[in-house]
Amino acid sequence: MFIFVVSFLMYLLLVWSGGAIPLIEVLIALILASVVTVAFRSWHRGRKISTRGLDPKRWFGFFHYLFGPFAVGLAKANIDVAKRVITGNIRPGIVKVNPGLTNDVAKTLLADSITLTPGTLTVDIDEEGSFYIHWIYVEDENPTEEQLYGSFGHWARRLAE
Amino acid sequence: MFLIVGIFIIIGLGFNLLGAFSLYRFPDVYTRLHGATKCTTFGTLFTMFAVVAYSLGRLVSTGEARFAVFIIHGAVAALVLLITNATGAHAIARAAHRSGTLPARAVVDRLEEKEEAKGGTPR
Repeated sequence: MFIFVVSFLMYLLLVWSGGAIPLIEVLIALILASVVTVAFRSWHRGRKISTRGLDPKRWFGFFHYLFGPFAVGLAKANIDVAKRVITGNIRPGIVKVNPGLTNDVAKTLLADSITLTPGTLTVDIDEEGSFYIHWIYVEDENPTEEQLYGSFGHWARRLAE
Repeated sequence: MFLIVGIFIIIGLGFNLLGAFSLYRFPDVYTRLHGATKCTTFGTLFTMFAVVAYSLGRLVSTGEARFAVFIIHGAVAALVLLITNATGAHAIARAAHRSGTLPARAVVDRLEEKEEAKGGTPR
């Protein structure tokens, strides 16, 4: 139901062009939302979507994260990589780190944040929850979480665990 | 307003250019992905900011609803770009490592060590 409502509203948001929405678009939105919902059900049979995601406190936390530490990290990453593009100063390698996350949403959030920030790219995650990260300038072959991605581990635990 | 839009577009194009340039500068698929994902994400975000800033300015001065539509589309595109770009980079990197492309000039490769320990085929 949650997915149906979100995809229905998203479609209407994208086709809205300033005036009233024609009835045919609403019909198309209903059909597409149904298709998405049925497809999701059959791919993830028996999977419950937790309602904890609707807690407004989490959303405030998420936006705080997105515009605070994440935006700063994104800017720093880009200036760092831009410098390396120009100077060609690289020392690449794949390092392993285990942040000890159990929840899929938290892992996804952390992996995406790692990929978009300073010189790091998530390559794989194994069954124990260890992240294998390609690092463009390896400072330490057995790095700590702090060295690799600063406070992001703390944020992922706080927002999604 | 046009000054702000211009600055955003110049920053955006500069980073996108560096992203393209990184394909020539870096030695292998993983390092190129760094350039291709980070620089182009940041560059395209800034061009989206330019669209939002321009539409916001026009919305305030003319009050036409079509500029609000631009703002919504720009914001949605920026958010979707952040998610899909990171996911796509991860998928490409993982596929490359699984198909046996090892990082060039690597000082350490823990993933390869783990696969060898599991008795995977040596490459």
